[in-house]
Amino acid sequence: MDLHFGDSKPTDDERAAVDALLGPPESSWEGADRSDADLRWARGGREARDRRDLLLPGLHALNDRIGWISEGALGYLCRRLTVPPAEAYGVATFYSMFSVRPRPATVLHVCTDLACATAGAAELLAGTEENLGAGEDGGTGGGHGEEEDGDSGAGDGGDSGERRGAGDGGDSGKGRGAGARGGVRVERSPCLGLCERAPAALAIRAGDPVRTAVSAPATTGTAVLAAVAPDSSPEEPRAAAAVPQAGQEGLILLRRVGVVDPSSLDDYRAHGGYMALRHAFALGPAGVIREVTDSGLVGRGGAAFPTGRKWQATAAQPDRPHHLVCNADESEPGTFKDRVLLEGDPYALVEAMTIAGYAIGAHRGFLYIRGEYPRATRRIRHAVEQARARGFLGDDVLGQGFAFDIEIRRGAGAYICGEETALFNSIEGFRGEPRSKPPFPVEQGLFGKPTVENNVETLVNVLPILTMGAPAYAAIGTAKSTGPKLFCVSGSVDRPGVYELPFGATLGELLELAGGRDGLRAILLGGAAGGFVRPDELAIPLTFEGTREAGTTLGSGVVMAFDDSVPLPRLLLRIAEFFRDESCGQCVPCRVGTVRQEEALHRIVTRTGAAAASDITLLREVGRAMRDASICGLGQTAWNAVESAIDRLGAYA
Amino acid sequence: MTVTPLGIPRRLLEFTIDGETARVPEGATILDACRAAGTDVPTLCEGDTLRPKNACRVCVVEVEGSRTLVPACSRRAEPGMVVRTGTERVRHSRRIVLELLASSVDLSTTPRVADWIKEYEAKPDRFGPGAARVDEEPRIDNELYVRDYGKCILCYKCVDACGDQWQNSFAISVAGRGFDARIAVEHDAPLTDSACVYCGNCVEVCPTGALSSKSEFDMRAAGTWDESRQTETTTVCAYCGVGCNLTLHVQDNEIVKVTSPHDNPVTHGNLCIKGRFGYQHVQNRG
Repeated sequence: MDLHFGDSKPTDDERAAVDALLGPPESSWEGADRSDADLRWARGGREARDRRDLLLPGLHALNDRIGWISEGALGYLCRRLTVPPAEAYGVATFYSMFSVRPRPATVLHVCTDLACATAGAAELLAGTEENLGAGEDGGTGGGHGEEEDGDSGAGDGGDSGERRGAGDGGDSGKGRGAGARGGVRVERSPCLGLCERAPAALAIRAGDPVRTAVSAPATTGTAVLAAVAPDSSPEEPRAAAAVPQAGQEGLILLRRVGVVDPSSLDDYRAHGGYMALRHAFALGPAGVIREVTDSGLVGRGGAAFPTGRKWQATAAQPDRPHHLVCNADESEPGTFKDRVLLEGDPYALVEAMTIAGYAIGAHRGFLYIRGEYPRATRRIRHAVEQARARGFLGDDVLGQGFAFDIEIRRGAGAYICGEETALFNSIEGFRGEPRSKPPFPVEQGLFGKPTVENNVETLVNVLPILTMGAPAYAAIGTAKSTGPKLFCVSGSVDRPGVYELPFGATLGELLELAGGRDGLRAILLGGAAGGFVRPDELAIPLTFEGTREAGTTLGSGVVMAFDDSVPLPRLLLRIAEFFRDESCGQCVPCRVGTVRQEEALHRIVTRTGAAAASDITLLREVGRAMRDASICGLGQTAWNAVESAIDRLGAYA
Repeated sequence: MTVTPLGIPRRLLEFTIDGETARVPEGATILDACRAAGTDVPTLCEGDTLRPKNACRVCVVEVEGSRTLVPACSRRAEPGMVVRTGTERVRHSRRIVLELLASSVDLSTTPRVADWIKEYEAKPDRFGPGAARVDEEPRIDNELYVRDYGKCILCYKCVDACGDQWQNSFAISVAGRGFDARIAVEHDAPLTDSACVYCGNCVEVCPTGALSSKSEFDMRAAGTWDESRQTETTTVCAYCGVGCNLTLHVQDNEIVKVTSPHDNPVTHGNLCIKGRFGYQHVQNRG
C-alpha cells in the first residue's frame, strides 16, 4: 500500500497514547525519526497490514487520553497500522463516542431513551445543560459536532488528566455557551443500559487514565457532580442491586450475582466455578456440542437460533482457525442483563467462553463489550487477567493441552455493532456495517474464518447445561423454549431489575414479581426492535413460541411497562429517533426510511384519526419496505414497535 | 493474436424465474440469470466491473423460503431456487426505494431512473416539502473532476474502485453514519490534500453523475452537454506501452470525455490520469 499521509503531526500526548497500545515505532516507516537503516529496510506487506484490528483500540486510546481524535493523531495511528487515513476517518466518524473535532475533556452522556424518558430524562438533560452548557448542536451525535473554535484546552490535552473540570482549564473561559463551559460537553445518549436506575447519566473524562462516573438514578446535582468530579462521585450500587431476586434459592443464571465477590477467582471456584469446564474436558468437544444441542438452548440475543447447531456447523468447518466471539454489545434500549452478569459474575463468562472455544476448536475468543459499560469492562478485564495468571486461560488451560485466550474489545457507541456481522467488521477495524448473508458466520465470520458468535446470556447458559446435564436443563421451561431466561424489567414497576424465570411464565407473573403498578398503558417487549402489547394481554406466555403466537416478540428479554406519564406518540417518536440515529446508512430502505418514519411521526405527534390517516398509510408502506428490503435486522425491525402501537394499542386512532 | 479466456468449465444449474426454467453456470447471480432471460431488473449500485455491494436494494426479488426479499445482484443462484421478480411485494419495495432515493437526492443525471419511477409509479413528492434532503453544494477543488454529493446515493462504487478492487489508492471512504453519511477523504479535506491520484476510475463507475469530469460538469452547467450529438471513437492510448483502450466522446469536434470499454481486457474500464484527462494536446490546433 502506497499510503498518503498529511503533514499534521501528533502531539507528544497523542503519540504516547498510541505507543502505550502498540509499543514504540520500529522505524520511520511507522512514524519514528528517520535513521540510516530506514533507507535500506522497509516494513510493509501483509505483516504491516495485519494489525488493522487494532484500529478501534487505537482510536479508543486516543479518545480516552485526549478526548477527541485530531488529524495528527489519526495520521500517526494510520502510519503505525498501515491503514489508509480516509478509511480510518470513516471508522472514527462511525462511532458516536468518538469526536474528530475538539471538545472538552469531559463528556456527560445523558440517556434520553425510553426508560429514562419516562423517569424524567428531559428535565435531567435541561438541568445539566443549564449547569454545564450544551453543545451547539444540542449534543446529538458525538462524531458530528460542529464546534468551530478549537476549544484550546481539550486539544493540547497534556494537563487534561489533572484538570478537575469546572473552574480551571483554559477551555472554561472561552465559554461561548457552547458546551465548553466547565470543560464538559453534555450529549444526548441512546440507552445506557441502566434502565433499572433511570434516569441515567455517564460521565467520561479523558486523561491518563480515563475516568468515568455513573450517576443513576440521576438528579441534576448528582449528574453534574459526576461530570465535574468523576473521582469523588459516589460508587455505583453493587451489581446485585439490579437483581431483586439476588440470593434466592433456585436461581440458575443469577445464583452467584450478589453472592460471590466478582473480583475473586477463588470465590468463584468456591461457588461451583470451573466445574462445567472440567465436565467439558471429560466429555470432549463433540460431547459438549451434543449436550448443548440436546439441551435445546437457543440464542438469547433475540434471534433464537439453536446454539448447538451453530457450534456444530462451525466445528465441522475444515477451514482454520475457528473463532469465538462473545457479543456483549448490549445496546437494545431496555436491555441490561448482560451488564449485570458481567458486573456480578464475570468469571462465569470467562469459563463459558472457554468451554465454547473448546467445543468449536477455537483458540481465540473475542469479547466485544459496549463502550458505555465502564464498570463491566473493568470487571471482565480483571477476571480475564486473573484467569490467565492462574492457568484458566492461556497455552494450556487446566493442564489439558487446550490453548485458549480471550481478547476484550470495546465498542464505541453504535447499536448496529450488536448485529453479528457488523460486529465482525468493527473488530476488524472497519466501519461497523453489516455484511450480506450468505455467507454465514459459521462459514466466513471474523477475519473471514468460521466463527461462532453468541450473546453473553447464551454462553452463560452453557454452564448449567454441563453441570446439571442436558435432560435436566431441558426439563426447565417449555418443550420449545428450554431453560431459564433473564428478563430486563423497567419502567412503571416498583422493583425494576433483571429477573430470572423459567420459560413459560406469563407476562403477568413477571410484572407481579416486579411490582407492576396500576394505570398501565402499554408494555414494550423486546426493546425498540420489539413490539407493544396491551395491559389486558398479561396472559402471554414468555416463550419464543408463545410471543410469536401472540404476534409479538420476546427479543432480548426486555419488558418495559409504561403508564400515561409520557404520551405514547412521544415514545414512538423517540424510538424512531433512535433508529434514525443508529442506522449505519449502508442500505437505502433503512438510511432514508428511518428518516421518513421519524418525519411522519413528528407530523402526527398531536394528531389522531383522519388527520393522521395519510401519514399512517405512509408509515405502513415505508415500514413494509424497510422490513422486506433492508440488509440487516436493524432496518427490518425499525418499524415493529410503531406498527404494534398503531395496531395493538390504537395509537393515533 | 486474440486470446479468448475460456476459464474452467462450469456446471449449469437450473432454477425458476417467474415460472420459467433458467439455466445458468454455477456461481452466477440471480441478476445474471434475469438478464440472460431478458427480465429487466433495475440496478443502481451494481457495477459490471465491481463486486456487488447490494446497498441500494432496488434490485430485490422474492425467493421462495426467504423471510425477506433478496438482492438479485449479489445472491447466487442455487439449484431449485424459485425466484419471482414482478410480484406486488417486489414492486412495492422497489417503488418505496425509488421514492426514498428520489426524495432525498437529485437523480436528474441518473440514467434510466425516470423510466423506473414511471414504471413503478413512484411518487417522491409524497413525503412533503419538509422531507430531509442531502443538500450539498458541488465541490470544485481541482481541474479534473467535480464531486456533487447532492446527487450521491451512497452506492459505495467509487470507494470500491478507489480501494482494493481497482486503484488501491484508498483516497475516499464513507464517513459519518446513517443519513449523514457522506463520501469523504480524511477530515473531509479538499481532494488536493488527499491521496487521490486523479485516475477518474470513481467517475467511471458513478451511477448518478455525482462524480463527473470537469468538462462534463461545465458543459451541463452551460446547457451545452448533449449526448445525442456525441460520437464515440475507441482507440489506443498513446502515452505508454500498456495499450489501454480509450473511448473518446466527441461533441462538435471536441473531445468532451474519455472512458474505456468495461470489457477491455487491459483496462476493465479503468484508466490513469493521463489517459482519462490528458487529451487537451489533441485539440491544440494552433
